[in-house]
Amino acid sequence: MQSKPRLLASLDIVCILLFASATFMVFFYAPLEVVMGMVQKVFYFHVASLWVGMLGFLVGGISGVIFLRTGNHHWDIVGLAAIEISLVFFFIGIVTGSIWARSTWNTWWTWDPRLTSAAIVELIYAAYFILRGGIDEPVRRARYGAIYAILGFVSVPLTFFSIRLFRTIHPVVIGNVNAGSQGTFNMAPMMLQTFIFSLFVFTILFADLLWHRIRLGQLAEDVEQRKLDAFHSQ
Amino acid sequence: MTASPTVVVRNLTKRFGLKSVLRSLDFQAEAGEFIALLGPNGTGKTTFLRILASLTRFTQGDIQINGYRLPAQSALIRQQLGFVSHQPLLYGDLSAIENLQFYGRMYGITGLDARINEILEMVGLLARRSDYVRTYSRGMQQRLSIGRAILHRPALLLFDEPYTGLDQEACNILDVILRKVTASGHTIIMTSHDLARTSQLAARFDVMLFGKIISSFHQEDIPSHNLAEMYEQILVRELETPQEPQRAINQ
Amino acid sequence: MKTNFWRTIEAIIWKDLIVELRNREMLSAMLVFALLVMVIFNFALELQPRMQKELTSGILWVVFSFAGTLGLNRSMAVEKDRGCLDGLLLAPVDRSAIFFGKSISNLILMVIVEAIILPIYNILYSVNLFQPGLIFTILLGSIGYITVGTLLSSMVVQTRSRDIMLPILLFPLVIPVLIAAVKAGAGFLQNAEMAGILPWINLLVIYDIVFLTIAFLVFDSIVEE
Repeated sequence: MQSKPRLLASLDIVCILLFASATFMVFFYAPLEVVMGMVQKVFYFHVASLWVGMLGFLVGGISGVIFLRTGNHHWDIVGLAAIEISLVFFFIGIVTGSIWARSTWNTWWTWDPRLTSAAIVELIYAAYFILRGGIDEPVRRARYGAIYAILGFVSVPLTFFSIRLFRTIHPVVIGNVNAGSQGTFNMAPMMLQTFIFSLFVFTILFADLLWHRIRLGQLAEDVEQRKLDAFHSQ
Repeated sequence: MTASPTVVVRNLTKRFGLKSVLRSLDFQAEAGEFIALLGPNGTGKTTFLRILASLTRFTQGDIQINGYRLPAQSALIRQQLGFVSHQPLLYGDLSAIENLQFYGRMYGITGLDARINEILEMVGLLARRSDYVRTYSRGMQQRLSIGRAILHRPALLLFDEPYTGLDQEACNILDVILRKVTASGHTIIMTSHDLARTSQLAARFDVMLFGKIISSFHQEDIPSHNLAEMYEQILVRELETPQEPQRAINQ
Repeated sequence: MKTNFWRTIEAIIWKDLIVELRNREMLSAMLVFALLVMVIFNFALELQPRMQKELTSGILWVVFSFAGTLGLNRSMAVEKDRGCLDGLLLAPVDRSAIFFGKSISNLILMVIVEAIILPIYNILYSVNLFQPGLIFTILLGSIGYITVGTLLSSMVVQTRSRDIMLPILLFPLVIPVLIAAVKAGAGFLQNAEMAGILPWINLLVIYDIVFLTIAFLVFDSIVEE
């Protein structure tokens, strides 16, 4: 594993192109929403970010399970990579949600289920890294990380439902439209296309970043292995 | 008596992440044998013992104790096994009796009270039986620890550096107890750096290096009963001309 | 083998309770801490007697969950001392017996603290807390809290900075318990319709079952290397 594999290099380029297209679509293809204007365009990347965050979360949880069953260190790298990326994308999702909230309800934060759940997931991820940081021994670090990733993953649906039961003012764009919630809007076909395309682009972006991050992790492990070898052959 | 050996280990490998601690280790113990496991620090002795005690998992290999396999039947194996490490595994806020009661219950021992008295007498702690373990000296804790380990009459006993941190007198007392234990027919595997004492107790000596057993000999084979000298010779021979190239060892 | 399993659990509970009753370290620390939190809340929120029932449930759970971390940490730290965890691992039973033994003793201690705090709160704020629905809710919530807490504390005890780490790891995961227990408790205190309270109870039950199952599956990997 020396230089970047061809496929990854092409994926990088594809990603950049796709992202550029998505941005173009958001600003020039999708129509301007009547009530909220430009701010509504945050929506496309906001949901896509959270979607990627959840993907990473899923990958992290599954990697955790596989790692515990097989003990294959590779899965620890995958899990770590997925959760690291998720951390960033959830953050983006929260910030974009905040921007939306500010313009729609004149408040930087709303305690609605989705935003709050996202914040809690973010805290779980942060805790994951703090846990890993507090363990010196690499195998135990990987094992405990995997266990916490699984626990976190399982707790999130429960958290989401409990908060949702608790309160809701979040615009319900997809699914039942609650007349009471402000900021709801109907999606015109071109908006829908942009939305789906954004989801798609972000998914590819996630795969690309994941691949890079896994490579990084494996390279780091290679370095560790060589250090050990050099030490032993003295 | 029994035809098959008590402990059979084939091809045991243990990796901690990237580090190989045990490499294709083979080992066997017959019933009633007292085997001393020798070797420099970091060579995997403690790990090996902990794996036998089912406290640590292993990467590859085949382990059978009294016919039961690890890890599938580890609970059954633990019933037949006693473990003494350099930590006493005792609760400071409980008395000696209470500690033994606790372990006795976990092992489902019948006639527990009588057995506890028997044990306390054997390790010479009957007088202090109601005192909290945190008031015990290290030597006393170690003696009680041995009592804890043999409480359930296990067939196999594992001792990991039992003399660590003990003064001369405590070591002597430990010797006496170990002789009593040996006499009652347990199979014993012990690691220790105290060659003088070990040479008095063990019948067989296995030398471990780099996660493998490189030499095995009996009490009779030691010239002029000088274990230290023989041990040193073996190590020097191994380290100067390794049986495998270093590279292969480090994979 | 089955009887050995229960015997081990009993032995662990017996041992933990004896030690605790003897020096009462954990209980006193948890109680004092709980009372302090209540006092702080009194001034921070300017609480009045006969206050809103909704607030009561919330405050109780903040008190319980904060005090709970003290007990959880201490309970596992005891096993780390003198290598006692190895002693537990040598028991001729499935590892989950250790988990259940520890969590039940943790639960008992937490319930004792709750049983003392409830009457005190009752007196301080003239709120009648002796309703079966509320007590049932607190029990269900405590089970969920202690299950995840015991699991996490058995990991955390083997890391650096163990005392700081437990709350950070625990609280995000027990949020469903806190929300559901607070809402159900408030519902009972306000004599609300069962139909409104039932979803919360269901959530608690589901949470408890899910995490007990996961604990059972995952505990081996925590204690064995």
